[in-house]
Amino acid sequence: MANLLSRRRIKDILASKAMLLLTVTAVSIIFVMVVGLYLRSRPILASHSLTQLLFSSRWRPSQDEFGFLAFILGTLWVTGVAVLIAVPLCLLSAIYLSEYAHSRIREWSKPLIDILAGIPSVVYGVWGILVIVPLIKDYIAPFFGTFSTGYSILAGGIVLAVMIFPVIIHVALEILRAVPLEVREASWALGATRWQTIKHVVMRKAMPGVAAAIVLGISRAFGETMAVLMVVGNVPRIPGSVLDPAYPLPALIANNYGEMLSIPLYDSALMLASLVLLLVIVIFNVLSRVILVRVKRSIR
Amino acid sequence: MERRNVEEKIFKGLMRVSTLLILFSLLLILLTMAVKGLPFLSLAMITQTPQGGYYLGKGGGILNAILGSLYLAGGATFLAILFSLPVALYVNLYARPDSRSVSLCRFILDVLCGVPSIVYGAFGFTIMVFFGLRASLLGGILAIALLILPMMIRSMDEVIRLVPRELLESSYALGATRLETAVKIVVRQSLPGILTAVLIALGRGIGDAAAVIFTTGFTDAIPTSLLRPAATLPLAIFFQLSVPIREVQGRAYASALILTILVLVISLAARLLSKKLTRHVVK
Amino acid sequence: MEDRTHIRVQNLNVFYRQQQILKDITLNIPDRKITAIIGPSGCGKTTLLKSFNRLVDSIEGVRISGQVLVDDENILDPRNEVTHIRKKMGLLLQKPYPLPMSIYDNVAYGPRIHGIKEKKRLDEMVERYLKKASLWPEVRERLRQPASMLSVGQQQRLCLARGLAVEPEIILGDEPTSALDPQSSQRIEQTFFELKQDYTIVIVTHILRQARRMADYVIFLYLGELIEQGPAAEIFENPRQELTREYIKGLIS
Repeated sequence: MANLLSRRRIKDILASKAMLLLTVTAVSIIFVMVVGLYLRSRPILASHSLTQLLFSSRWRPSQDEFGFLAFILGTLWVTGVAVLIAVPLCLLSAIYLSEYAHSRIREWSKPLIDILAGIPSVVYGVWGILVIVPLIKDYIAPFFGTFSTGYSILAGGIVLAVMIFPVIIHVALEILRAVPLEVREASWALGATRWQTIKHVVMRKAMPGVAAAIVLGISRAFGETMAVLMVVGNVPRIPGSVLDPAYPLPALIANNYGEMLSIPLYDSALMLASLVLLLVIVIFNVLSRVILVRVKRSIR
Repeated sequence: MERRNVEEKIFKGLMRVSTLLILFSLLLILLTMAVKGLPFLSLAMITQTPQGGYYLGKGGGILNAILGSLYLAGGATFLAILFSLPVALYVNLYARPDSRSVSLCRFILDVLCGVPSIVYGAFGFTIMVFFGLRASLLGGILAIALLILPMMIRSMDEVIRLVPRELLESSYALGATRLETAVKIVVRQSLPGILTAVLIALGRGIGDAAAVIFTTGFTDAIPTSLLRPAATLPLAIFFQLSVPIREVQGRAYASALILTILVLVISLAARLLSKKLTRHVVK
Repeated sequence: MEDRTHIRVQNLNVFYRQQQILKDITLNIPDRKITAIIGPSGCGKTTLLKSFNRLVDSIEGVRISGQVLVDDENILDPRNEVTHIRKKMGLLLQKPYPLPMSIYDNVAYGPRIHGIKEKKRLDEMVERYLKKASLWPEVRERLRQPASMLSVGQQQRLCLARGLAVEPEIILGDEPTSALDPQSSQRIEQTFFELKQDYTIVIVTHILRQARRMADYVIFLYLGELIEQGPAAEIFENPRQELTREYIKGLIS
């Protein structure tokens, strides 16, 4: 009996150690990724200065010129357009679902929004090509009196906006629902209308959390690859308007996996691009997660 | 009417329109896929591999990509479960509940969930180069497993966290070790949630494209070995779409429809499953 | 009773989903007196209170029938604008819920949403109502600090000042002292005594001693039904109903 007992104990202890090891491994992935990508991008960092890499727009890998500026700006433009479209729509919709809609509508909308989140990015890309690109080419560009193939920043921005809808709505809704009913009641009891209550009380309380939701949306947009790549045109030039094509960083990485081993330093440059992407997104995520944890603790 | 009531009406109207617009965009995507994809959908699409000249409009299907994606996502999901379940159990049963290190662990995993798949792809590629591996099914499985690992852990963690503490304590009180409690009580209690987490990860794995570009390659054959390249549905869509032949592009739409249906079925199954299985769970 | 009636409730029924919360309530609440609604928890006290300013409306699945007349106007009439009804009444909840803004802005919130913009007038109102809620001496130096920095007792008095600032005729209190320490409770009670010269006060309480101390008029509810109403002395000294007697003796709770 004693023997059996100790065998069970030993099993438990062994399992505990193994599980701890797995946990530490899982958590350390992030550090391994940063270090791994850094090691692989060291060659290009050794031969080119960081400022030149980040702020030059000359991109001729075969002539040893690696300036990321056009790609960085491309990413910023596309993300910017997506955020401009998505943020107002998502906030209004999250407020509607949280403050006005019947609970049945709210419970029905949530799974639909989750489905939107589960659609693969390639499908978003196909949708962009079939619907958004022709829309821009045939209606939007002529409306502004210019010509566009449709493959443009605007197309990428619209497709991205739809992709980040679920991210922003989901988190914003969660935060708004966490504001206690009594705070609203206190305002209503003073004779405030619903919108006055939302504007002056609910939003003020939820603001940091809503900001975090937006930042999460931005970081999702930042790294999205396939859908954007398919509709944005991929021309490595600094864009002048939203109807111009652009070439965001993730698309650069994805498009050149073929050639990257045949040109010296090319693979290193692409790994640097990945590292930059990773760091920017980690910083954004850490920021918004910290805010979210704080808000959830202080909101009640 | 008072000014503030006018404001109320305007904003309420705007909110309604925004919500409808967002739900409409979902509908529009599904509708577009159905309308454009259905005319090109055929039995051959899902039962045959590409034949000679497939990308010029000749016969065949994308069975290679469908199977490739299933193998890839299945393998990655299996690998991720082996990792996730112990981690989620450890965090909830062994570590001190809600201690600093546990919150830090959850925090880092949340951040990992936000890392885009292209970065997982690039990182997977560097690992493959390090081990001298070529683009292959195995490489893809590793990259996708990395991609879905953090979110699988976190969703399992959230489910296991809901297991009432009293249930654990009553198991300990009977003399069970933590391992026995974990396997016999906790896993059984949270099985529906765990399965949902697995299915959601599977759906994500099937749909991902950016992480497999570097790591998996592409081939017209059905994968037979872990060390050979494999086709995947997202990339099959992407490649067919870039061919300027109407027939081939049409097949790309049909492939996109297949992928959409596959992912929707998995996500619906996840939902139904979690509803149905909760019957046996002690509340 | 010679008192003028301020709130007259006639055949009020409130349903939540399939459940009836209030059953055919008819009662009168006298002007410028303290009325206490007593009864065991879950008997519908809070629902009754919140139907006076139609906060029950905001809960999904609630249906109401009957009449609540304030100054002979039926506030349940859907044609009546709910914001104007609510402006007539200040509400104190169980726990103080200061709005997420400064002390000053909390008090000025009501006047502002009702369209008062002049700084001087707002300043004057903030001071007046903070004085009425006997909070002024404690906060006059730090009006710009966030309201969340006050103690719970101070927050509750701030909420009172906030409610007074919309210049209501009625003050509703839903167990307004239940989250407070004895000393803060006493200050709130004291303030209520001073306020009843100008306002009709209705409080919900489950503390019998508090009702005894404060109330001029008592309403006893049991499982959604009105059992007895009358002047406090009568209810406490000589209740007509057996149920009331048992409740007051502490036999049912």
